[in-house]
Amino acid sequence: MSTQVTTGLQVRKSVELTIDGKKVTAPEGSTLLDACRASGKEIPTLCYGDTITPKNACRVCMVELEGSRTLVPSCSRKVEAGMVVKTDSERTTHSRKLVLELLGSSVDLSLTKNVAKWNQSYDAKPSRFGAPSYHHDNRDDAVTGHHHPPDGQTAETVHQPVKIDNALYIRDYSKCILCYQCVDACGEQWQNTFAITTAGRGFDTRISTEFAVDLTDSACVYCGNCIQVCPTGALMFTSEYDMRQAGTWNEPEQTQTDTICPYCGVGCALTLHVQDNTIVKVTSPSDHSVTHGNLCIKGRFGFQHVQNTKPE
Amino acid sequence: MDLKIASGTANAEERQAVDSLLGQPSETSQGAQRDESGLRVSRGGGELRKLRHLLLPTLHSVNDRVGFISRGAINYISQRLDIAPAEIYGVATFYALFDTNERPARQVHVCIDLACRAASGCTEETLPEGAIPSPCLGTCERAPSVLVIETGVTVRQEVLAPATKTQIAELIAGKSAPTEQPIAQAAPQTPDKSLVLLSRIGIVDPLSIVDYESKDGYKALRKAFAIGAENVIAEVTASGLVGRGGAAFSTGRKWAAVASQPVKTRYLICNADESEPGTFKDRVLMEGDPFAMIESMTIAAFATGCQHGYIYLRGEYPRALGNLTNAVEVARNKKYLGNNILDTDFNFDITIFRGAGAYICGEETAIFNSIEGYRGEPRNKPPFPVEVGLFGKPTVVNNVETLFNVLPIINDSGEKYASWGSTGSKGKKLFCVSGAVNKPGVYEVNFGATLRELIDLADGLKPGSQIQAVLLGGAAGGFVGPEDLDLELTLEAARAAGTTLGSGVVMVLDQSVNMLDQLQRIAAFFRDESCGQCVPCRVGTVRQQEALARLVKSSGINNAAIDLQLLRDLGQVMRDASICGLGQTAHNAIDSALTRLKVFSA
Repeated sequence: MSTQVTTGLQVRKSVELTIDGKKVTAPEGSTLLDACRASGKEIPTLCYGDTITPKNACRVCMVELEGSRTLVPSCSRKVEAGMVVKTDSERTTHSRKLVLELLGSSVDLSLTKNVAKWNQSYDAKPSRFGAPSYHHDNRDDAVTGHHHPPDGQTAETVHQPVKIDNALYIRDYSKCILCYQCVDACGEQWQNTFAITTAGRGFDTRISTEFAVDLTDSACVYCGNCIQVCPTGALMFTSEYDMRQAGTWNEPEQTQTDTICPYCGVGCALTLHVQDNTIVKVTSPSDHSVTHGNLCIKGRFGFQHVQNTKPE
Repeated sequence: MDLKIASGTANAEERQAVDSLLGQPSETSQGAQRDESGLRVSRGGGELRKLRHLLLPTLHSVNDRVGFISRGAINYISQRLDIAPAEIYGVATFYALFDTNERPARQVHVCIDLACRAASGCTEETLPEGAIPSPCLGTCERAPSVLVIETGVTVRQEVLAPATKTQIAELIAGKSAPTEQPIAQAAPQTPDKSLVLLSRIGIVDPLSIVDYESKDGYKALRKAFAIGAENVIAEVTASGLVGRGGAAFSTGRKWAAVASQPVKTRYLICNADESEPGTFKDRVLMEGDPFAMIESMTIAAFATGCQHGYIYLRGEYPRALGNLTNAVEVARNKKYLGNNILDTDFNFDITIFRGAGAYICGEETAIFNSIEGYRGEPRNKPPFPVEVGLFGKPTVVNNVETLFNVLPIINDSGEKYASWGSTGSKGKKLFCVSGAVNKPGVYEVNFGATLRELIDLADGLKPGSQIQAVLLGGAAGGFVGPEDLDLELTLEAARAAGTTLGSGVVMVLDQSVNMLDQLQRIAAFFRDESCGQCVPCRVGTVRQQEALARLVKSSGINNAAIDLQLLRDLGQVMRDASICGLGQTAHNAIDSALTRLKVFSA
């Protein structure tokens, strides 16, 4: 049975479905993830971002849907009337545990939010695949359809050196889970610049410019919208990276101040992250109706003048 | 979007290769000669972007001409099609037949896959210097096999099978391969007019439409036009025909679903990306009876209201490409394709689309992305292709063998077709028998023949051979043992026995075959062919290969029980949580070897 609910100015139909044995209603067009979270279920997500169309690539948010042979990604599956969904079955738990282990054993998740907590609640042990292997050829030179045979000891990782090729931000693809959000933000979903792509195939898939050229030779316009959507810290302000390297990054001590970008008339919202009275990075609220977290190079990186530092 | 083109200019050959497909550029912004007006204006962005489906053909054109995809070539294609260089790089690096590094014009691709290594072919370790290791080349009946691609003004592709190591060395040194064996040799039952799917193989001249017409060619299309689209679908539904690519979905239901769509622009795709290791039936059909493929596609398009069809042909099938290209041209000249086919108001044409070395592009939604000029990554379902498919339109995707079945169904009747086979599996089925039999090849039988009967049909086991295992359905299928020879080859019996017929692979492995080597190859295959999009498959296939390597070496960090548990855990997450069938089946064969053959039980 569908009923009508009023949400703000829109009138949307609602559908009734069953989640973990309880009947719930959800607005038509919303996702299973929305419906599950609205009914208080905690479902982990990694590649999901609130400003990008879900790519459902990480498969950590899988739920069991009656009538479906495989589990379904809750982040992108739309609700339908009569669906019967289980969020906490043996299969969903197994899938989440394994996804956490597969990513945890191949990618540096040290800066990914909630991973430690989820590893614990799903009993995920990434180390059970063997000691991580850090010795690779350059992943940018991988030949499609070919690989080195496993050594029978270590677990292959996506480890590679940090790419530092410009003054504004760094790319540490050892931390990349391939959520595709930076590619989509750079390309057709937000910036329309298309400086980066997913290159290669299979485990060798990596985020890359054409021929892995430096960003300075690429189409990059340094809007930093890729940093904004990156969920794992693979893309990072150089200011943050340098402070982390020096051991001075202290997030609990930082304040966040919202303001309006002074550069032009669009009126983008800025969140200034300040430590020791110095702006250390700039983000933008992703729920802002004007910019959805997107900025341009000036708003994102053009804050040095307010710090009034003297040239050395 | 503003294109930013970095350093690197296409040379004359590369420009010619691109222009031969796209025509001469007319705008300065697209690389034409600079003139006064061209510096001030740029036309065509939106119009150019509608040509994105020409990206893969253009990359092929460049690769055919110079052997690799250079920076300059990518920059020029970028200007011509208004696609960012990074995106073109992403597409080019997705396919194994392309290389973005300079390489010699002559490339010798040596199959290192299941049937070829079982036939003492090359492995990764024994590959001669200068050879490129290749997944299954689809000539398993003549294993081991080699594909030579020599790029240049006219690209030359040769298949040599069987190939000795000496012959491979000669090919690498530049020697030409001898003429390929006759097509019919791959179908030992032929010539035999009483066969249903193979009736014309070895009998009809595959290059002559006149000969095809004289052997019942285009009889079915005329009858289809006479009985009307709805009755065609009714006959196909009544026949009980299900897809022969491996998923076994009802063809009639698929057609009816597309025919009932409100959207009138619709596409038909013939999935000819036959890449499942051990499968070569579609190759034999396309090489030996290409006009039948054109005719059956035309009937399918008529029944479902499609205006355009694509043949997505794997890039490693040169003879099929040649014969199909000829067939499409000749059929077009004879008005069997184009507008007002056979003086009706039905219009339909076919484009042949070459794959470029990606098993994943046999997945039906990956085909859409590949044709549309994107990386061949599968899409999420729903929406299903019958509603939202190629270019966002309702799309029928049928396997080659499936389409061939349509001709006898229309010529006779669905009822007659349904009288063959078993209760749950109707009609005729082609099996690709390879390995330790006397006459490997494609065999046509009724559903329900036993494995033993099929092996007898292939003239039995080779002298001295004893069956160690039989691989059914390819790398995505499963092994059965010598005790399973009385298995009836039907969908339901296979399911009940916990195995699958898949694409019709029957690879007979005798006692000389190293099963652990076969398993490791299967694991390597899935790792290489995973598109990399979802975690369970991208990382799971690597971890599966590593666990297997530890088990084989018995030298790993874990004891065997732990690694066997790891494999089961990996199998479950890949089956449950992968986006597409590749990841979902990547553990099947290994699982069957563990549970049925008990390869690691002491």
